Amino acid sequence: MDKSIFKNPFFKANPITVLVLGICSALAVTVQLKGAFVMALSVTVVTGFSSMLVSSIRNSIPNRVRIIVQLVIVAMFVILVDEFLKAYAYDVSKQLSVYIGLIITNCIIMGRIEAFALGNKPFPSLVDGLANGMGYGMVLVIIAFIRELFGSGTLFGFQIIPQSWYMANGGFYENNGLVILPPMALIIVGGIIWVQRAIQKELQEEK
Amino acid sequence: MEYINLFVKSVFVDNMVFAFFLGMCSYLAVSKSVKTATGLGIAVLFVLVVTLPINYWLNKYLLEPGALTWINPEYASIDLSFLSYIVFIAVIASIVQIVEMVVEKFSPALYSSLGIFLPLIAVNCAILGGSLFMQERGFANVGEAFSFGLGSGFGWFIAIVAIAAIREKLAYSNVPKPLKGLGISFIITGLMGIAFMSFMGIKL
Repeated sequence: MDKSIFKNPFFKANPITVLVLGICSALAVTVQLKGAFVMALSVTVVTGFSSMLVSSIRNSIPNRVRIIVQLVIVAMFVILVDEFLKAYAYDVSKQLSVYIGLIITNCIIMGRIEAFALGNKPFPSLVDGLANGMGYGMVLVIIAFIRELFGSGTLFGFQIIPQSWYMANGGFYENNGLVILPPMALIIVGGIIWVQRAIQKELQEEK
Repeated sequence: MEYINLFVKSVFVDNMVFAFFLGMCSYLAVSKSVKTATGLGIAVLFVLVVTLPINYWLNKYLLEPGALTWINPEYASIDLSFLSYIVFIAVIASIVQIVEMVVEKFSPALYSSLGIFLPLIAVNCAILGGSLFMQERGFANVGEAFSFGLGSGFGWFIAIVAIAAIREKLAYSNVPKPLKGLGISFIITGLMGIAFMSFMGIKL
């Protein structure tokens, strides 16, 4: 099997910064690292397994109704993930609210099924799905790291910035409230794209 | 009055794109010209307005805990809400399919201009997001669900037309090379989001 199936989604063909898939849920869950981590894991699981399942029945799906069939398969896995989170990580599942359900319409999953799983064998599809989920999760964790560190001064809920630095305690530091707000997530993604495209010149757009 | 308030709130304060990042994929992919953006915006608005009331009724009479009591009071303990993702997405996908067929039959001109975007709407997060928010907020009646759908659809429409207009003008400006295209669109969306935050807290 080609190693690039696993390697490409991390940098060269990253789902978020290069293919622009799955932005919808990527940004809303990145206020805290914990939520981003759970989201990344859920998306990886759903992408991998639904790619594998669709790929293993790809020859018996009629072309006209394939979107609905794919959506139902994806929805099934999302329901499993959702029930699992409700049972074992209730507070995170409350925090992510509707965004767990929105994994169904996460473009990464449909994108990978349409572009890869429909034309390949089950095992490569599983690897491709998992790798894309992880490439997506990597960007999610980077954004959440920046937002939680500068917005709340914590990582995974633990205080990183020393309390004595804060203005309230006679220091010089203040949390940046803007980083927590939704628009700043978009600007951080823009910054990440800027950095990546400055390194990889072939990704730059002409217009 | 309550309906108008909900409408205004979901257009400006709880804007689908700027506050919840829903429908970003097609928002970024189809915003290169104002004309196509308008077409997609109208299609999304229409599908949202149609699917929200349907999903509201399904949620009320089928999915909610105790929703089946209208058949038989003994069913009060049944909770089918874990099925809601599958039911909602099936409704959305079939409505999109029906809309596609109707438009193709009665208005070929509109069909050819919307053509490729129509099937894409089924996987637009804004549509499913609308239904899930409706379920989470527990609207009191179908009128509220309708005006929420109308408002969030209209908010999405405004957002995509605005970014398309900005991107058309942006073609003439001197953007740093690595930021061209995707990067600058993200940053502009962020700035527009900050502008929309000034509506926060308005009430009619």
